[in-house]
Amino acid sequence: MTAIDPLLSVRDLRVSFALDEGLVRAVDGTSFDVLSGQVLGVVGESGCGKSVTMRAILQLVERPGRITHGAIRFRRDDGIVDLAQLEPRGAAMREIRGGEIALIPQEPMAAFSPVHTVGEQIIEAILLHSHRWQAGRALSRREARDITVGLFRDVGISMPEQRVDAYSWQLSGGLRQRAMIAMALSCKPRLLIADEPTTAIDVTTQAQVLALLRDLQARYDTAIIFITHDLGVIAQMASYVVVMYLGRVMEEGPVDDIFHAPKHPYTQALLRSIPSLHGKTRVALPVISGALPHPFNRPTGCPFHPRCPDAMDRCSAAVPKPMPVAANQLASCFLHHDEAEP
Amino acid sequence: MTTLDLAGKEAEDRIAVASNWKLVWWRFRRHHLAVASAVLLIFMYLIVLAPDFFSTQDPERTDARQAFIPLQAVHLFDDGKLSPWVPAVVGKRNPTTLRMEWTADPTRKIAVHFFGTGYKWKLLGLFETDRHLIAPVDPNQRIFLLGSDRLGRDQWSRIMHGTQTSMTVGLVAVALSVVLGVVLGGISGYVGGKTDSFIQRLIELLQSVPTIPIWLALSAALPRDWTPTQIFFAITVILSLVGWTTLGREVRGRFLALREEDFVLAARLAGCSRLRIILRHMVPTFMSHIIATSSLAIPVMIINETSLSFLGLGIRPPAISWGVLLQEAQNIQTLALAPWLLIPGLVVIVAVLAFNLVGDGLRDAADPYSH
Amino acid sequence: MTRYILQRLALLPLLMVVYSFVIFVIIQAPPGDFLTAYVATLASSGSSISQEQIEAWRAQYGLDQPMIVQYWLWVKHLLHGNFGLSLEYQRPNAELIGEQIGLTLALALFSFVLTWAIAIPAGIYSATHPRSLGDHVLTVINYVGVATPNFMLALILMWVAFAYFDLSVTGLYSPEYADAPWSWAKLADLMAHLWLPALVLGIAGTARLSRVMRANLLDELNKPYVVTARAKGMKEWRLVLRYPVRLAFNPLISTIGWYLPMLFSGSLIVATVMNLPNIGPLLLRALVNQDMYLAGGILLIYSFLTIVGTLLSDILLALADPRIRVEG
Repeated sequence: MTAIDPLLSVRDLRVSFALDEGLVRAVDGTSFDVLSGQVLGVVGESGCGKSVTMRAILQLVERPGRITHGAIRFRRDDGIVDLAQLEPRGAAMREIRGGEIALIPQEPMAAFSPVHTVGEQIIEAILLHSHRWQAGRALSRREARDITVGLFRDVGISMPEQRVDAYSWQLSGGLRQRAMIAMALSCKPRLLIADEPTTAIDVTTQAQVLALLRDLQARYDTAIIFITHDLGVIAQMASYVVVMYLGRVMEEGPVDDIFHAPKHPYTQALLRSIPSLHGKTRVALPVISGALPHPFNRPTGCPFHPRCPDAMDRCSAAVPKPMPVAANQLASCFLHHDEAEP
Repeated sequence: MTTLDLAGKEAEDRIAVASNWKLVWWRFRRHHLAVASAVLLIFMYLIVLAPDFFSTQDPERTDARQAFIPLQAVHLFDDGKLSPWVPAVVGKRNPTTLRMEWTADPTRKIAVHFFGTGYKWKLLGLFETDRHLIAPVDPNQRIFLLGSDRLGRDQWSRIMHGTQTSMTVGLVAVALSVVLGVVLGGISGYVGGKTDSFIQRLIELLQSVPTIPIWLALSAALPRDWTPTQIFFAITVILSLVGWTTLGREVRGRFLALREEDFVLAARLAGCSRLRIILRHMVPTFMSHIIATSSLAIPVMIINETSLSFLGLGIRPPAISWGVLLQEAQNIQTLALAPWLLIPGLVVIVAVLAFNLVGDGLRDAADPYSH
Repeated sequence: MTRYILQRLALLPLLMVVYSFVIFVIIQAPPGDFLTAYVATLASSGSSISQEQIEAWRAQYGLDQPMIVQYWLWVKHLLHGNFGLSLEYQRPNAELIGEQIGLTLALALFSFVLTWAIAIPAGIYSATHPRSLGDHVLTVINYVGVATPNFMLALILMWVAFAYFDLSVTGLYSPEYADAPWSWAKLADLMAHLWLPALVLGIAGTARLSRVMRANLLDELNKPYVVTARAKGMKEWRLVLRYPVRLAFNPLISTIGWYLPMLFSGSLIVATVMNLPNIGPLLLRALVNQDMYLAGGILLIYSFLTIVGTLLSDILLALADPRIRVEG
């Protein structure tokens, strides 16, 4: 697709949960690439498999969930490694987790342990991957603490020396999320996965956190996968967008193309449901008809066809393959091509 | 739509209109152990209703010459024919220890029959009958299915009567606790303020007391000349004096949470009286929890009653309870001679296990999200 | 924090007043007073006592005065360390209690330590291996452990030891040490005898505690901070011990509040069955023989120990949980 090797390349990833009631295929053949230094936006309704995909990248899918198929190729200094093949609790995976790929979780409130200071928890992460700061020698606690204070300053936490010794419940929501970002950056990761980092905080703080992330991204040249259901946030943050629905990629492309020339009916429907400054007032916003299907009753064929305004007979029979529909844009839809998944 | 979808749809509709009790029942049914335990408990309460029917002889009948007879198993077939019997025993006095030693007499069989006649008893104190589940064909014979004690009393029949007392104590003590707990916990949670903090301190006080010593002291203070029935009720009241606190706490918690709920506000706005709000709107929402908690409280009461009686300060002979029966097992030398005297203890364990399993099953069924 | 502890400490005397009053009411409940019973006991054993002595005691304990005065005199004597005289033993109650209190505490504390040492690892194992064979086995043991009254367990153990191994597991000392002065050998002998009653006493508590630990830890393992810690690349067992176990542990500290009373209750029964030197059997005898001042003294000691235990657990909880430490 592109000339440069991607930093992360997910191919036909499938994750399923074996529940008492049956098998839930939360991620069902997802593929996408992340380039070095790129901000990739992943967008979709809640329950579309965004978060599970990200957990799968970090090998953090919990039982009864399991990666059943696919490859997650990650480029390291010494070559490419398939994360899907690594032992989830093994040393190799733990080295990458937190060291090279870091996670900013959704709820900063619950993401810190309430009985340990935030500083303690960040220092622990730094000490675990201390060679990323200092080759050949383990860092002392003192040094790790100094690094933490520096990180706090970088993410815009005032009085960093005191805040290091605070408990998470003594900090405001915005500060907590900043501390979380500091923790994620603490080992100079190559890839940062931000799982709806602004959902749980108020709008003003949200804007500040987004600005901070953009700024840090430019400064540290980290690639970011930014997950959200908020298209507005995507437009501000991402350069490339992946649209997911029921565990599959519906459409992907550069942010401008996705917003201005969406090809997939699902993307189009999503965009129509955003209120616009220029739209008519007092008119009901269009909604996507129908509801997200129950996870045990996945539709056959294209997962979106029961709710799709342009559905054809074929859509319920075969699963469309993601195919190029414009210069840098791919869509999985029979309106634009005839290729089905084997 | 496929048939599968339709089936799923029907199931969803069925769930949507089912009452809360139906939902609890459906979830409870999935815990097979709990269901089996419930059946066992129902059977035990049948014994509670008519212990004499299940007895083979009068539990008070003594005969020093028939002390410490071991178990006599019921054999259903004789020479391939259905003709139940138990082996007869012969006793020989050991010349050195001077103890009677009983051995099965292979030459003699005591024929028994089901629904035979025996000593007279009254069903529920009203209808006189002499029918028993198992009875020797010859009414002059005695059979000891679970052996006999030092006075030659039949342990099987005594366990049947002990079951009546112990299971009733558990049930009545918990019923009293529930009344106390719901009333005091309800007042505490609904009224709030000073009343609430007074009741809360009271609960803390009662919960931090070592229960057995206090119960013993209370029970030692009971007049010596009380009848077994009076003692029985006094012990029950003593047990429930502390037992209500757990329930009281739980009910208060529920009340505090429910007070803020919209449906309670709606009822108040609709002009319902306080009592009506409590009884019609609030209590039904946590009724299933109360039942689950109560069924977990019964075994605690049973263990407590058994312990008190075992120590000699609970139910007192001539009344029979499991704890009273276990007093016979207090002496280790006796126990080595007649280990079957521990059987009432096994009955206690089985009953408590069954109650705990049913209680856990009910709790899961009443609140699937609590775990 | 200091204020919190001081507040709790200030509550202690108040609680003792409440308890002592309730206890006094209970021990006063049986008909007759202790002197009448005392004189009767003496008479039945053939000895007698001078009328002046009886009158002196009657005045000392205010036996002809209203109950509240009697209570006040009782408390006054207690505060001077005078627990009264035992009818049955003809000795000061303080002496009788003093002889056994040490071993009573030793049994309870040892049992407590044993309970936690077994229940916590078992709970952690069950929660980190849910639905595994080991978890199921532990669940069965827990159910049976909760369902078995501890006197029953003691009886079974004693019977098995006696009937099959010809061992006596009663008492706390081997015969040769029973009257020997304290030495390391005697202490070792005591420990060798103590663990079995301690285990019997602790089994129900162990079962309950490990179930609480399992449930708490299962809850904590699903919290987002565990994912955060995993995402840091921590080793799984280190992570579990450092974060969720630590958090699941905190509510357990508050169980000390109900566990200590349960231990004292249980030790009364176990000590009676296994014939151990303990204030429990002493209380039982005192109650049966209506030796009421002795019973009252022991009941008061039980209450005091429980209050102190609860106080300690509150302080421990505050130390362990910064949320209480900082804000409480």
